Amino acid sequence: MTSLRNLDPGTRARLVQVGGERGFRRRLMELGLLPGTDVRVVRRVDVGGLLELEVRGCHVSLRQSEAQELLVEPLP
Amino acid sequence: MGSALATTPLVALAGNPNTGKTTLFNRLTGSDQRVGNYPGVTVDRHQGHLELDGQGSVRLMDVPGSYSLSARSPEEHLAIQAICGLPPLEPPDLVVVVVDATQLTRNLYLVLQILETRTPVVIALNMVDMLADAGEEIDARALSEQLGVPVVRLSARKGEGIGELRKAMGEVLSHPRRGTPGPRWMPEDPILVSDLEAIEEELPDDWNTGGEDRRRALALWALLSIDPGDELHEVPQGLRDVVGRRRRLAKAAGRDPDLEVIRARYAWIEERLVAFKHTTRTGRASRSERVDSVLLHPVFGFLCFLLIMGVLFQTLFTWSTPLIDVVDSGITALGRLVRGALPEGILRDFLTQGLISGVGSVLVFLPQILLLFLILGVMEDSGYMSRVAFLMDRVMKLLGLHGRAFVPMLSGLACAIPAVMATRTMESRRDRLLTMMVVPLMTCSARLPVYTLIIGALFPVAANAGLIDVQGGLLVGMYLFGTLVALISAAVLSRTLIKGPRIPLILELPPYRMPQLGTVLRMMWQKGKVFMSEAGTVILACTVVLWVLLDFPHLDAETQASYAARATVIEARALDPQQERSLLAELRNERWADQRRSSWAGQIGHAMEPAIAPLGFDWKIGVGLLGSFAAREVFVATMGVVYGTGADDDEQSISSLRAKMTSDLREDGRHVYTPLVGLSLLVFFALACQCLSTVAVVKRETASWRWPIFLLVYMNILAWIASFMVYQGGKLLGFE
Repeated sequence: MTSLRNLDPGTRARLVQVGGERGFRRRLMELGLLPGTDVRVVRRVDVGGLLELEVRGCHVSLRQSEAQELLVEPLP
Repeated sequence: MGSALATTPLVALAGNPNTGKTTLFNRLTGSDQRVGNYPGVTVDRHQGHLELDGQGSVRLMDVPGSYSLSARSPEEHLAIQAICGLPPLEPPDLVVVVVDATQLTRNLYLVLQILETRTPVVIALNMVDMLADAGEEIDARALSEQLGVPVVRLSARKGEGIGELRKAMGEVLSHPRRGTPGPRWMPEDPILVSDLEAIEEELPDDWNTGGEDRRRALALWALLSIDPGDELHEVPQGLRDVVGRRRRLAKAAGRDPDLEVIRARYAWIEERLVAFKHTTRTGRASRSERVDSVLLHPVFGFLCFLLIMGVLFQTLFTWSTPLIDVVDSGITALGRLVRGALPEGILRDFLTQGLISGVGSVLVFLPQILLLFLILGVMEDSGYMSRVAFLMDRVMKLLGLHGRAFVPMLSGLACAIPAVMATRTMESRRDRLLTMMVVPLMTCSARLPVYTLIIGALFPVAANAGLIDVQGGLLVGMYLFGTLVALISAAVLSRTLIKGPRIPLILELPPYRMPQLGTVLRMMWQKGKVFMSEAGTVILACTVVLWVLLDFPHLDAETQASYAARATVIEARALDPQQERSLLAELRNERWADQRRSSWAGQIGHAMEPAIAPLGFDWKIGVGLLGSFAAREVFVATMGVVYGTGADDDEQSISSLRAKMTSDLREDGRHVYTPLVGLSLLVFFALACQCLSTVAVVKRETASWRWPIFLLVYMNILAWIASFMVYQGGKLLGFE
């Protein structure tokens, strides 16, 4: 198990735990980022410190620092 | 429900952001719509009318786009207020939920929450034309059976399926049962149910208009939304307490109600997906993703962004000039026409110098406002605006600003008014507020003529320091200075007065879509109208007040008679016509200057002198500063009048004004305008909030007096202190 932040672009992973401040966490879960959901890391832009995910067919961006709180199990 | 009242039925139009809700709204209502504000918050409220067969006229109200009904801010609170008709909003008779068919699961989450409230619903399944592209197929009939409400397939962009939607709306309004949800998710876990029952006890009486299901939905909303950090001012303390208590109990027992409820809702949706959603192929990177590999690229992405911002800046700054010139010359021509048609007197002066020039100073903003919103509309409608937030997030976060604040800040270089209006692209009030408080520090184009006058008068081109000429260098320096102060102010304000919780970023990157010309033009038109009706009236009033201050009281009869006598003497000298004209013009200018000196504005200028003397300014600059409250560039004309070179801004009048300013002496024989005074004046203009139109727009956008007054006070204090330091510091260093 690792943090979502550490994944390379193109990697798929299954969410295990969604952490963070309550409003942030609730909004993520409402967008469908629930434990057990599969996500794909589309892009990492280290200059801007952001991460782009694809989840349930939608593209969502998070700050890398805040993606730290999402734990995942990488999928082959 | 509301239909029992003798009013026309009310239909609410809800949906996730980027689902084509606005396009559908325009398709349904056509031009029969107006924009206002939701009560208490500055969120656009679009309302329109449409005629339905068998129903007659129906009102359509746009609900702000949202992913969920749960809320932390007053802005997010609107969604549940509008859908359940919580006071002060009226309960709708029908909710049309716009669903993006290509992102069905996430959209159904909102649908499910609306179904829970037991309001009659029609689902508008939009973007079905793009479905095949995404490798999906949706069986609308099966979807309708699963949810128990009508589902209409349509494409708002192409205008397909609109007739069917109108038919379904009419049917549900006549027979509300047909749109009342059947099966939906219900909390079953006994502990959760007991939480909800306890919360239901505390729901305010005026929230409960719709039986048990409505109560349950509102209790769920309260359980998920309320926490100590929210900004929901309308939640009563009793409700807040019970939610707090229940959440603490849950936490102690190791439960997580947020996760429980959201997971159960998604599970309910996914169980039914197999019945109506068919994936035809998968695993293909979408077109948007390929476009983004350039536009979000660490190098090319920023280059493209700079290019687009360059075009924006050029448009606002340079390409709007011909339009502004047309407005200007139109107003001048109108003034001349009226002056020619009316006899000399107060009425003529009021019309030409007060009213017409006031209307002119309103209209002159319009080209930039329309152009800015044209470009913003294209950026928003195409999906690029989210990418701007993506690219600028890190830089702007350092300053405490939202990524999207970049565009208003840049627009501020043209004019603060459209820039303040453009802050609406940010959702959080704090982000908008912070941006509004610093945008007026950016060097707007109205400061340019003032800078040019001062720099030209006080720093002759001869003072050439090698390669860089002093005038150009100083002008560039002023732009940098303004920007720097704006950025520093943002960093300071965001850590002090406008401090908010650090908001984590969750940014949806919607697929790129071709912008709809109709949607973009409509928004541009609506913004223009808002400006004219709200900021325009203030600008007009200010101009008229300033005209009164500068023009009254008139010179006493004796002085007037002596000017008339001098004019007669000139005319009697039988000079050649050209010489006579120029002598008469000189006399007229002298009379104007005399008039301004004894006017109320002149008296205020004299009264101001003790306050501005430490900055190196005399009463004439004081009158100029007073004039610049209508608009900064008015400073040039006011100075022209005070110095008796006329109010025209042609090259000849300006250069004679420069000459007069340079040679003006104080009573003790020293020069009034030294380079040090000039520098002090430049700094003052860079930082002072003189533009009352900006203040008026901030008043509108914050729906309060507090922030516009704060803006006025803090910028002017900042300006005074900075000028004081420049002038007094310069004197200490031995400059004059």
